[in-house]
Amino acid sequence: MNQPASAYFIEDRHDPNETHTLSALVQNEPGVLARVIGLFSGRGYNIESLTVSETESQKHLSRITIVTTGTPMVIEQIKHQLDRMIPVYRVVDMTLTKRSIERELAMVKVRGQGEHRVEALRLADAFRARVIDATTESFVFEITGNTDKINQFIDLMRPIGLVEVSRTGVAAIGRGPEGM
Amino acid sequence: MSDKSHDPNQMTGAAMIVRALIDHGVTDIFGYPGGAVLPIYDEIFQQSEVQHILVRHEQGAGHAAEGYARSTGKPGVALVTSGPGATNMVTPLTDALMDSIPLVCISGQVPTHLIGNDAFQECDTVGITRPCTKHNWLVRDVNDLAKVLHEAFYVATSGRPGPVLVDVPKDVQFATGTYHPPRKSDVHRSYAPRVKGDATQIRKAVALLAGAKRPVIYSGGGVINSGPEATKLLRELVEVTGFPITSTLMGLGAYPASGKNWLGMLGMHGTYEANMTMHDCDVMLCVGARFDDRITGRVDAFSPGSKKIHIDIDPSSINKNIRVDVPIIGDCGNILGDILQVFKAEAKKPDVKAWWQQIAQWRARNSLYYKKSNDVILPQHAIQSLFEATRGKDTYITTEVGQHQMWAAQFFGFEEPHRWMTSGGLGTMGYGLPAAVGVQVAHPDSLVIDIAGDASVQMTMQEMSTAVQYELPIKIFILNNQYMGMVRQWQQLLHGNRLSHSYSEALPDFVKLAEAYGGVGIQVHKPADLDGAIQEMISVKRPVLFDCRVAALENCFPMIPSGKAHNEMLLPEQANDEATAKAFAGGKALV
Repeated sequence: MNQPASAYFIEDRHDPNETHTLSALVQNEPGVLARVIGLFSGRGYNIESLTVSETESQKHLSRITIVTTGTPMVIEQIKHQLDRMIPVYRVVDMTLTKRSIERELAMVKVRGQGEHRVEALRLADAFRARVIDATTESFVFEITGNTDKINQFIDLMRPIGLVEVSRTGVAAIGRGPEGM
Repeated sequence: MSDKSHDPNQMTGAAMIVRALIDHGVTDIFGYPGGAVLPIYDEIFQQSEVQHILVRHEQGAGHAAEGYARSTGKPGVALVTSGPGATNMVTPLTDALMDSIPLVCISGQVPTHLIGNDAFQECDTVGITRPCTKHNWLVRDVNDLAKVLHEAFYVATSGRPGPVLVDVPKDVQFATGTYHPPRKSDVHRSYAPRVKGDATQIRKAVALLAGAKRPVIYSGGGVINSGPEATKLLRELVEVTGFPITSTLMGLGAYPASGKNWLGMLGMHGTYEANMTMHDCDVMLCVGARFDDRITGRVDAFSPGSKKIHIDIDPSSINKNIRVDVPIIGDCGNILGDILQVFKAEAKKPDVKAWWQQIAQWRARNSLYYKKSNDVILPQHAIQSLFEATRGKDTYITTEVGQHQMWAAQFFGFEEPHRWMTSGGLGTMGYGLPAAVGVQVAHPDSLVIDIAGDASVQMTMQEMSTAVQYELPIKIFILNNQYMGMVRQWQQLLHGNRLSHSYSEALPDFVKLAEAYGGVGIQVHKPADLDGAIQEMISVKRPVLFDCRVAALENCFPMIPSGKAHNEMLLPEQANDEATAKAFAGGKALV
């Protein structure tokens, strides 16, 4: 193989990508989210989903949940890079613990009449989605579950008359009595 | 209500900044005034504990503060105004981040009510500097200022050191609030760098070291950052084990170049013996270095048969580029101490005689060979002459970036840490001259030399004026080959000898330039005149521009060619046209 001449080595990495969910407990202060996002864009990491909200307002703590993909080496880097930021308390790889629950909420708007309306309601019932808005020609469903379940629901709604979707992104928490 | 006017801790934000500098033992700062920092400059005017060095460009303030920090081990401090003042600091901040240099930058900002309005000299300083600082702060309330300043000094100097920036709007500088001296609660509770190494890992490391047949110690800038104790312990470890030691560009001086176990620098332009030892070793102890791409060459062929121990204070350095077998996170001073203790108690000196015989064969290749000339000064010869002339003197060396930097690293022997200030990670041309200013401020009676190139030195030449103003007798030793030598070298090796824009057209007359600044200019062409001219340079107690005219087309070897491993180095005697063409065969560079 003729490698291009460069003083940098050009490398092929063949490690397969993995998807991991990371939870980070951070000090809720101005710019903290920009730091986290800047880290991902600056170092070329992927963000599949990002959820952030204050979780303990008295202590000014926020919890950031990030779903990311990369080789195992990259995932390990991401954890360390996050952890060394000054306002970050802790980073936990929820995927590695194998004892975590992941949930996402989506609001799904579907438009249709006649048989389509009936079908939409029937599927919503099967997925335990709730109707939170209705007109004579539309519904908004609220559905909670893991990412796969929500994807599946959305796929089913598409031929029926899917208009739009708003998703929260993934929130994750460990099973059992201990906190992170 | 009590009368607060007599409370000595009641003061303006501007006064707090000066007071905090004093409380942190800062005696010298580098800066440039402007609209958004005038209240701070007014405070500086009215006191004498902190000396302010006025630079000619904010980038110079940043590099001077870096030079100050690297040569003293204390944090460097820079003070700049909003907008362009802050954006001009981006290069030194990034430089300090890459090389782990403690730097505290205080920047002025437009008043809080104007932030976001595109006000005059406004920019999003914390946004711009977020990726190039270890941490930064925008202070919106004067009562937060003391806490933030103290935390800034702590963050800059603790853990893996680095640059920090505190952005202070002008109204906060004017406002009055309560100051408090540094205290522990000033620091984020989430920030607690680990300094003590894990005992189990240390035992594993000692077991590997004790069983090594072909060991090598590879040390980096972390040893120097850790402080004098780490340097002492590193030297002791080399003594106790009898292992060979090499170092990165940043780590030069931690082990003395005259020491018998010294292999020279490793990496792209490192010595043959250092790189071969790295490639063929069975146990590698990496102390305070980070397996940078200039060190490893091709990663999948990097030291394939070795067990690797990696000591680093930053967990993100572990397994970033190279998978290691025994990572130990913590301060390398502590960990070296622990390793030594366990080693001395439980292990005996491994027999590495055969390994040293092998190393002697590599050494015999004399990879730093060059052919001296009587007609023209070879750049390597110039550095060697400079080294000989300064031997035994209290000397500090800074450099710019390029061929001259690599020759300086190869041919100038460093015996002590903190004596070598160079831009390693970022590779900032224009670093050396202002860094020399900073070093000379910290060490007024020492000999401070910037080994420079004709192209690099023009990037921050204006700081000659600073040197003259403050009577800082820095010596700018320019290896003038009338090229951006390293750029040209790559063009010759990688781009079919098409020398696109790497010739230094219209160079100034450096002697006249020195004189125009009020300094001294010296020019030398002939090898026979070199030593005398260097003596003259050293004896002059004023800033000197030394224009050393060197062989124009000399290139820097040995070199690890593209995509090659440590054992595929190109040595000087092999670097004829045919071998070079073969080693660098391929198409255009991607990067």
